[in-house]
Amino acid sequence: MRDVAIIGIGDTKFGELWGMSLRDLGITAGLAAINDANLSGDEIDALYVGNMSAGKYVDQEHIGALIADYSGMSKNYIPATRIEAAGASGGLAFRQGYMSVASGATDIVVVGGAEKMTDVGDVISTEIQAMAADQQWETFFGATFPALHAMIARRHMHDYNTTRDQIAQVAVKNHKHGSLNPKAQFQKEIKLETVLKAAPVADPLKMFDCAPVSDGAAAVVLCDMDKAKKYTDTPIKVLASGQASDTLALAHRKNICEFKATSVAACRAFKQAKLTPNDIQLAEVHDNFTISEILAIEDLGFFPKGEGGKATENGETELGSKLAINTSGGLKARGDPMGATGIAQIVELVTQLRGEAGKRQVTNAKVGLAQNVGGTGATSVVHILERVN
Amino acid sequence: MTVARFWRENSSRYNLVGVKCGNCGKVFFPPRTICPECRRLSIGKMEPYKLRGEGEVFTFSIVHDAPSQLELQKPYIMAIIEMTEGVRITAQIIDCDPAEVHIGMKVRATMRKIREEGASGIIHYGYKFIPVTK
Ligand SMILES: [Zn+2]
Repeated sequence: MRDVAIIGIGDTKFGELWGMSLRDLGITAGLAAINDANLSGDEIDALYVGNMSAGKYVDQEHIGALIADYSGMSKNYIPATRIEAAGASGGLAFRQGYMSVASGATDIVVVGGAEKMTDVGDVISTEIQAMAADQQWETFFGATFPALHAMIARRHMHDYNTTRDQIAQVAVKNHKHGSLNPKAQFQKEIKLETVLKAAPVADPLKMFDCAPVSDGAAAVVLCDMDKAKKYTDTPIKVLASGQASDTLALAHRKNICEFKATSVAACRAFKQAKLTPNDIQLAEVHDNFTISEILAIEDLGFFPKGEGGKATENGETELGSKLAINTSGGLKARGDPMGATGIAQIVELVTQLRGEAGKRQVTNAKVGLAQNVGGTGATSVVHILERVN
Repeated sequence: MTVARFWRENSSRYNLVGVKCGNCGKVFFPPRTICPECRRLSIGKMEPYKLRGEGEVFTFSIVHDAPSQLELQKPYIMAIIEMTEGVRITAQIIDCDPAEVHIGMKVRATMRKIREEGASGIIHYGYKFIPVTK
């Protein structure tokens, strides 16, 4: 396997972007990444696009060819492939691009992620998200996506004495980080009481425990490390890529307080990178619900199982601490356009590792980790990135 | 949706019919073609196995934001039930005050209407759970 570098990044603001269609979003992010990498476009060997459900959201399938076409790359007839794994579509697309370059099959690849969620109403949008769960044996019987996560939260509180306040603190912290990110959907700080007193969605989870419905896109350019210096002075190396799957239905797992797919994917990634969780300074984790971040920081090995709530409450995951979690604001405040999310995580890490994160910059950031989850943990993908110069 | 999509699941959704692996004896619900423990050794040996319908609440949530077809039922209790056979099932708990439901509560299965596809669409039936009263 060859070493692979990220040489370009681009993204759109996340939010309710009424003026932009799915293709507008994808093209905007893609062209920004190509421009950032100083490419003319002819060097690009392939395109991968992470997208969860354009068929349901905007009645459009065949997203790979669509994005290639409207970004002007159909002129070169490049291979364009769409990747789907629910909320992990972006992270998985990134992994496919990474493996393509690492294998030597391609030298330069663009990986994008895009989702247009606000062309349907809120209720429909929530129903589409729930298709990441088991339609026949969970959703059919009335289990919504928030309800499945609420059941995890309830059990985590029961088994480890995690408190409602500790879970709510995830939202407070991520909104604080989001207030420092001009691309975030929510750039306002919130108080703990705001989370605790919000409208109930699926008890014990309330409105501020859930990531919003968002439109958005993000893209990166991957390049063989040997050629990367030709395009950038600050190549960011992909140290490792780990992926794992688990049962589709939450109920079929022995322990619902651990996403085994995350711990296994992390284990594989740490092994490839020859690193331990202690070496990570910042991580973008999949906080589609507040409780998901608690699980993530435990399953990634940053804190022992059951200690994630306490660590969050103690400020151990905040910007300025030894380990900064979700400096972008996370899915909670940065926004969660499903297929774009996994790529936006990579974009945030690269921004930090280049030292270009402005007010939310992690001091001397050298190694960062991204964790992207599909469904209630049926897919998880973990990447570790490093600044090389 | 066509009727066949739902009709083919009826024995499981109406009568809690799962499968038992003829190789290791493990019970699964819903039915699986292959036992994840025994894999190739279980092919052709997964026998239908009807659950007794009794279990207890493993975890639960009260759903306030409901999908459109369940709008009239909200707020409703959604739970993961651990059945006496050891398998877990995701289902609604009914005939129970949301303030009363708790982890470890004993429940048993009953058949009810789950949802309907509009005024002239298919009406779907299946299992829900009710508290066991002494
Ligand atoms: Zn078996």
